[in-house]
Amino acid sequence: MGVTLPILILSIPLFMFLLLGLGGVKMSRKAAGICGITGMGTTMVLAYIVACTYYFSGDIAFIIDGIRQQYQVFDVTWLAFTEKLVVNIGFLLDPISALMLIVITTISFMVHLYSWGYMEHEPGFQRYYAFLSLFSFSMLGLVVATNIFQMYIFWELVGVSSYLLIGFFYKLPSAVSASKKAFIVTRFADLGFLIGILVLSFYTDTFNFVTMTDNPFEVLAQTHGATFMGASVLTWAMVLIFVGGMGKSAMMPLHIWLPDAMEGPTPVSALIHAATMVVAGVYLVARMFPVYCVVDTALTFVAIVGAITAFYAAVVACTQIDIKRVLAFSTISQIAFMMTSLACSRMGLVPEGHHEAYSGLGYMAGMFHLFTHAMFKALLFLGAGALIHAVHSNDYTKMGGLRKYMPITHWTFLIGCLAIAGIWPFAGFFSKDEMLAAMFNQHWFYGAWMTMVAGLTAFYMFRLYYRIFWWEENAEYQHHKPHDGPWQMSLPLLILAAISCVAGWIPFGEFVTWNGQEYHIHIEAPVAATSLIVAVLAIALATLMYAKKNPWPTRVKNMVPGLWEAAHRRFYWDEIYQFITHKIIFGMISKGIAWFDRHVIDATMDGFAKITQRTSVAIKGMQSGSTQAYVIWYFVGALLVAAITWICLI
Amino acid sequence: MFDNILIWFVVIPVIMMIGLGICRNKNIDAIRAVMVVGSTALLALSIVLCLVFLALRKGGDTSEMLFMGSWMWYAPLNIHLAVGVDGISVLMLLLSAIIVFAGTFASWKIDPLPKNFFLWFCLLSTGVFGFFISIDMFTMFMFYEVALIPMYLLIGVWGTGRKEYSAMKLTLMLMGGSAFLMLGLLGIYWHSTPEGMEKTWNILEIAQYANIEHGWQNFLFCLTFVGFGVLGAMFPFHTWSPDGHASAPTAVSMLHAGVLMKLGGYGCFRIAIYLLPQAANELAWIFIILTGISIVYGAFSACVQTDLKYINAYSSVSHCGMVLFALLMLNTTAMTGGILQMLSHGLMTALFFALIGMIYGRTHTRDVRQMGGLMRIMPYLAVCYMIAGFASLGLPGLSGFVAEMTIFFGSFQDSDIFHRIFVIAATTAIVITAVYILRVVGKLLLGPVQDDHHLKLTDASWFERLATVSLIVCIAGIGLFPNWINETIQESFAPIVNAIQGAATPGI
Amino acid sequence: MDLSILWYLIPSVLMFACGVYGFITRKNMIAMLISIELILNSSDLNFVIFNRYLFPGSMEGMVFTLFAVAIAAAETAVAIAIIINIFRKIGNTDISEAKKMKY
Repeated sequence: MGVTLPILILSIPLFMFLLLGLGGVKMSRKAAGICGITGMGTTMVLAYIVACTYYFSGDIAFIIDGIRQQYQVFDVTWLAFTEKLVVNIGFLLDPISALMLIVITTISFMVHLYSWGYMEHEPGFQRYYAFLSLFSFSMLGLVVATNIFQMYIFWELVGVSSYLLIGFFYKLPSAVSASKKAFIVTRFADLGFLIGILVLSFYTDTFNFVTMTDNPFEVLAQTHGATFMGASVLTWAMVLIFVGGMGKSAMMPLHIWLPDAMEGPTPVSALIHAATMVVAGVYLVARMFPVYCVVDTALTFVAIVGAITAFYAAVVACTQIDIKRVLAFSTISQIAFMMTSLACSRMGLVPEGHHEAYSGLGYMAGMFHLFTHAMFKALLFLGAGALIHAVHSNDYTKMGGLRKYMPITHWTFLIGCLAIAGIWPFAGFFSKDEMLAAMFNQHWFYGAWMTMVAGLTAFYMFRLYYRIFWWEENAEYQHHKPHDGPWQMSLPLLILAAISCVAGWIPFGEFVTWNGQEYHIHIEAPVAATSLIVAVLAIALATLMYAKKNPWPTRVKNMVPGLWEAAHRRFYWDEIYQFITHKIIFGMISKGIAWFDRHVIDATMDGFAKITQRTSVAIKGMQSGSTQAYVIWYFVGALLVAAITWICLI
Repeated sequence: MFDNILIWFVVIPVIMMIGLGICRNKNIDAIRAVMVVGSTALLALSIVLCLVFLALRKGGDTSEMLFMGSWMWYAPLNIHLAVGVDGISVLMLLLSAIIVFAGTFASWKIDPLPKNFFLWFCLLSTGVFGFFISIDMFTMFMFYEVALIPMYLLIGVWGTGRKEYSAMKLTLMLMGGSAFLMLGLLGIYWHSTPEGMEKTWNILEIAQYANIEHGWQNFLFCLTFVGFGVLGAMFPFHTWSPDGHASAPTAVSMLHAGVLMKLGGYGCFRIAIYLLPQAANELAWIFIILTGISIVYGAFSACVQTDLKYINAYSSVSHCGMVLFALLMLNTTAMTGGILQMLSHGLMTALFFALIGMIYGRTHTRDVRQMGGLMRIMPYLAVCYMIAGFASLGLPGLSGFVAEMTIFFGSFQDSDIFHRIFVIAATTAIVITAVYILRVVGKLLLGPVQDDHHLKLTDASWFERLATVSLIVCIAGIGLFPNWINETIQESFAPIVNAIQGAATPGI
Repeated sequence: MDLSILWYLIPSVLMFACGVYGFITRKNMIAMLISIELILNSSDLNFVIFNRYLFPGSMEGMVFTLFAVAIAAAETAVAIAIIINIFRKIGNTDISEAKKMKY
């Protein structure tokens, strides 16, 4: 494959960013919108061509003996730290990066199109498209990274684009603080990522993914058994790198920024905070997967964090009122699902006493879910955007009974809910089934736990669905009839809904597996049946409680008021962070240091000056102006000198 | 034809001063014309120097210093006006020229006494340029002092706030540093050559003789490092910096933070580390602790400041701490990072101070609590401020990221636990930096407008745009294409690192 | 027949002591100036004495004394001028009144 297409894929969005960012002020809204959309559309087509060439051409660069290869289209030196540690900027094609190219460009294009309708009346329309292009560029750069440092570079860039887009409505203090929070929390996580890279690269002497993942045992050997606080340094490095992923993918306890990030425009939430950027953490673990496999502890850590987060987020999602927050927590939960699934996968090393299912199943399933989830979660978010566009509120208590007024939104949203709940034959069913199978395969506990989370998912999604579209019709609709958005908004919904219906039937295992070998997906009947039954029961319960207005939800809430309140307040994580950052870090450490600087260090320096001044004041009286006093001093001095000389001479 | 190119760096500012002297005090256009022509000439000269230098290096000229020249100045003490540059000095000259250029435009409307202001400004630049071209310790020290003295007047006369206090404090503390430095330099001079030979001030010759014995090295290292460290805002000798910057007029802050503080770092490796390598190996840990504290301490202090200039001054303490920290790691990569950080911090802080000056010129306050929503009122300046902020917190694509990453990866090459702990402590600065930068950006630029009077303010005028654009282009240039600078610096460090490794005692 | 050097030195020392005593105790500037002259003359005397006794062949001490006498005359003229000016300013020549030049 030539380098032209890959370079174009990266440079078109970058060029659009520069064009719209520098020249946007002088452009009309329409011109800016068309520029952005055509730019992204072209990128999408190019990305499809590249991905299809990779998957289907059968070129020996891409596939040898049925094993898909990692292929570096180009890899140029950007910065050489030392002779060996060289940062390259390149373009890596392998099963997951090709997959991500498709996911990112598709969703990004949908969002570009949708935004044309959604953001029509917002000031700063050109700036919005510029930032979207910047984000697309950074995200594409991230997924095609040939080395971990390139990934870190683009990792930071997506963080900044996310910051800019969350804070798009910069006049609102809430948006400003949400964007700040998102950036700082992820930056904190990136610190872990950076230290992880420092440690890893110190031992491996390379940043390159292919070199590291081709022979992960070599990486382990290069650490020479070095340990730190009881764990091998490689474990530390991989855990620290995962901390970076935890930040971006909003794993507990670094999840707090994602719900607040919903302050950004809704299409942005669909693109960045549901489908693409937040799965960067999953992508990172998948990218480094073979290295993770040789340090089992790190992978177990990932699995446990994932399992806890999935459950926590699902519980919290059951009590949120803001529809975007529900979706945000649902995203956290689903990403945690993918993480756990990845972490339940091993490199052909089947744990003893387990049946011989394909041991890389979790990897494939996690990536599969990443793909399907991107589609249906973007759909749900765009649907939520359409609702907000119509009702002008994020709050579902201001909605209800909307199914008559907004049919397109209603049906597509329902498809999204069914897909995420894991109902056959929608996309989520297949990927979730594979994930659960992989988890059961690793340990029954993960499987059982995650099945429960899947049930919760179905429950809260349908709670949301019924509260928006059923329940009781809001009386205000008589005065102000809500309606579906313009075609630019409806078209992406329909396309994504269609994808959510059929995506599950894609023979995903033929395209993406951890080692490039084909794998034929087959439904694990017991697992599928259990999860389906759980999901249906949960939906039935939601129907019972929320389909029509009734006092049951309030009663249930009053049965466990403390728990409900705690879940509603997200188990007080924000308060804890608030306390730590404001009271301890700002209030005590920063203020303390600033005080110390002024009153100790600076005061010491001033003290030197003051001592000098005082001394001179004290001794200036000796210069009395009386000539005869000077003479006396002079004689005393002269006599003393004479006496000393005398004594010395004797 | 380029043999005597270096001396022009001193001659041009002197010609500018003569030109300014001829101008009448009221004739602001003539004064500006002199400054623009002069600073453009300097910029052009430094770009030419840079290109010629790179061409010569590419042509296979591997001598340590190029464009060498030497004129006897005072024979009894063997003082020469000796000049010569390696890659690092070339880049430093380029940085200084850029900042002088931007500073000229940033002080376009200086008031009162523009002529006198620019006269002192030119004298300051003479000192700065002279320092970077010298390879004779004495002339180097002389130019250093030449750069310091105008500072006092520039702050004391044209400053704001408690300007007399700040000017006095800054001058006294830096002079205190100079006192240490003079002692150290004299010590190096007296031990420069073996018994019975003529003593020398020339850095290259001293490095070649490597005659200074161990005990003396330790003593002199402390003296010179502290001496230069004061100028490099090393904890606990940094307190002149917040007050000084806060009171200084825009262009002076730019030049001071942008270039003058780099004199400290430059001197640290060119004299303290290069000439006293044994001591550097042995005593680096003391200063690693101090600079490590600087990094975190400056960053934390910046978090709670309310005056824009104080925030940037403390952030400078943190970033300049990073420079010295990297230099003390004594390996090529980290030291290269240190120089990159000097360049990056120079450009970025100059941009920051220029913007703060422009904002202050409009709102007449520097208190972040009294401003807000400037993005709506002066979008151009606000965007520039954001870019400067992103450069400061290390966004890839801008210079800060390249510098910081080079420092971290270089510093991590030292595998003992002491270095590791300090490197990891230093990395936390990137989070704290993000905190204070975003806090300022959030309060100052975004959010609702705090003061309705601000709504009438105007955006940047052409000369302000020119000043900011020239700096932003450089910041982005380093950030996007760092490798040629990186290579230039790395090869310049070869003799220094060789000296250090040659002096390293095995086992330490 | 030669007198011992002491016979010359004792008057010189006495003169010096008188000069110092006078300089410290007198308040009148003219009197202080006269005391200074006494001190100067005593040291001139010493020059001559030591020259005569230690280096009888040379004349440097003598020459220097003549030089010092000439200088002393000039110096007296300057001093008197200053004193007259002070007198014009403050109305007397009391040294304790002329204390402006302190600190």
